[in-house]
Amino acid sequence: MSYRITAACVNCWACEPLCPNEAVRAAKPHFVIEAARCNGCEGEFADPQCASICPIEGAILDPSGAPVNPPGSLTGIPPSAWSQVQQAIQAR
Amino acid sequence: MELKVVERSATAESRLTSAQSVEVQDKVRDHPCFSKDAHHHYARMHVAVAPACNIQCHYCNRKYDCANESRPGVVSELLTPELAVKKVLAVAAEIPQLSVLGIAGPGDPLANPERTFATFAELSEKAPDIRLCVSTNGLMLPAHVDQLCEHNIDHVTITINCIDPEIGARIYPWIFWHNRRIRGKKAAAILIEQQLKGLEMLAERGVLVKINSVLIPGVNDQHLAEVSRVVKQKGAFLHNIMPLIAEPEHGTFYGLMGQRTPTSQELNAVQQACANDMDIMSHCRQCRADAIGMLGQDRHAEFTLERIESLEIDHAAAMERRAQVRAEIERQRAAKRSRPQPPVLVSLDALTGAKPVPKSRPNDKHAAAPAVSLTKPGFKVAVASHDGQQVDQAFAEAQTFAIYQLDVAHAPRLLETRTVPAAGADLSAALAGVKDCGAVLCTRIGFDAWQQLEAAGIRPLSVQPGTSMRAALAQAQAETAAAITANLDALAPALSA
Repeated sequence: MSYRITAACVNCWACEPLCPNEAVRAAKPHFVIEAARCNGCEGEFADPQCASICPIEGAILDPSGAPVNPPGSLTGIPPSAWSQVQQAIQAR
Repeated sequence: MELKVVERSATAESRLTSAQSVEVQDKVRDHPCFSKDAHHHYARMHVAVAPACNIQCHYCNRKYDCANESRPGVVSELLTPELAVKKVLAVAAEIPQLSVLGIAGPGDPLANPERTFATFAELSEKAPDIRLCVSTNGLMLPAHVDQLCEHNIDHVTITINCIDPEIGARIYPWIFWHNRRIRGKKAAAILIEQQLKGLEMLAERGVLVKINSVLIPGVNDQHLAEVSRVVKQKGAFLHNIMPLIAEPEHGTFYGLMGQRTPTSQELNAVQQACANDMDIMSHCRQCRADAIGMLGQDRHAEFTLERIESLEIDHAAAMERRAQVRAEIERQRAAKRSRPQPPVLVSLDALTGAKPVPKSRPNDKHAAAPAVSLTKPGFKVAVASHDGQQVDQAFAEAQTFAIYQLDVAHAPRLLETRTVPAAGADLSAALAGVKDCGAVLCTRIGFDAWQQLEAAGIRPLSVQPGTSMRAALAQAQAETAAAITANLDALAPALSA
């Protein structure tokens, strides 16, 4: 089962050179992981490389479809802080 | 030579006030980010070829795409190395004051080494007159120092916000290191270690290193003076303390969590606290990772990819024009300099070029050597002067020296006029002729003479030819006082030993 990149991806290229199986490639509108090539870095690294450098929460899903880096896990920003700001901006 | 120890560490000191040393002056003359004066005359540009980053900072949001903001880390258009080169050449043809091309992101240049070095390689071939520099978080710096030197990069900026991992853990939530994401204090400790190691390696190779620090109230405001002290000791040339930018709409941790930004008074206070330790940069404009133009100006919107593709450029003619514009700028600056103004004292220890002077350490021979008396009334300065009015001779030619007594509390006093064999003819005789002096003041000095003066504990200083003796001595006195004060701390271990 393969890892997957979501629309949250900002196309920063960080993951692409790290993939030991060359499964990650640039695409529009965002990078993709070729499922057939991805083995989750098993036997290569302790952690899947793409998800270990990705700076965007929710941009990479594990084989079960769960975000490897859920909201708040990378930035330390609690999701509630985000929604407050979004509400404030929408109110303007 | 009772002031020997003071003078030794004072020379390391003044290497850092080396907007003033000849060779450094040459290197920073046309770099708007390293020389305050240059930023009035020369333009810089950044190309956004480095999107990936290997750390997270709490003042940065990696969803960086925004066309209307001017702050670090923000760009609107990511470039391939090929397009970046095209863009630089187009800008250099239209803005002949362009002297510097930097790669500063939007991620980290050294987290994208292939793109970064591909850009540098092609540019150094096609526009060899443009200086290249990088601004990095330093994590991958030790691994790339040699490659940076191979590409003739003589200016590097490292962002160092702290040297204490406890503080670092409040600034950097994670780093990517040896194929793992590492968090917290452990991550900060690795980052800091790499940054300082990279700084030392660059300094050893004679690369000018500027340290950027973001002032974050309540996090590192009390700590930055210590950062300044340490980075200076490790060979940094300039410290640039920048205020935190944090707005909720930027989506950064600090912005969203209500971290306040420093007031201008707070910024000034921290800059002054650090100024005791080294040169502080005060003209930074915190520009975008794709900024173009003079500092404080951004013309990146004029150079869209469509426009760059459509431009027909005669690159040889453009380079010729840049050379003319630079010559004219330098002519005007020289004319301005020749008007009366305080002289610039040049500490000659940076003249050796490639390798910086070893710094005194409490346990090294120099520092441990002679007993130092800071209560001694002062020292003699030998001034190379024909007419007794101006500093007008190079050390190699000078046969007449005015010997002044200099101390911190009193006006310089002329003791005698002394005739000494010219150092150009007989260096050891010339050295013997000034061996009772703590410093030699002249217009120029060669490498051998400099080294031997230093070895004899005599501080070599040079000023612009024609500087009045009085102005030069006043400046020497002020600098010596500052150097002594700044070195009391460094000396304490040697004194108590």
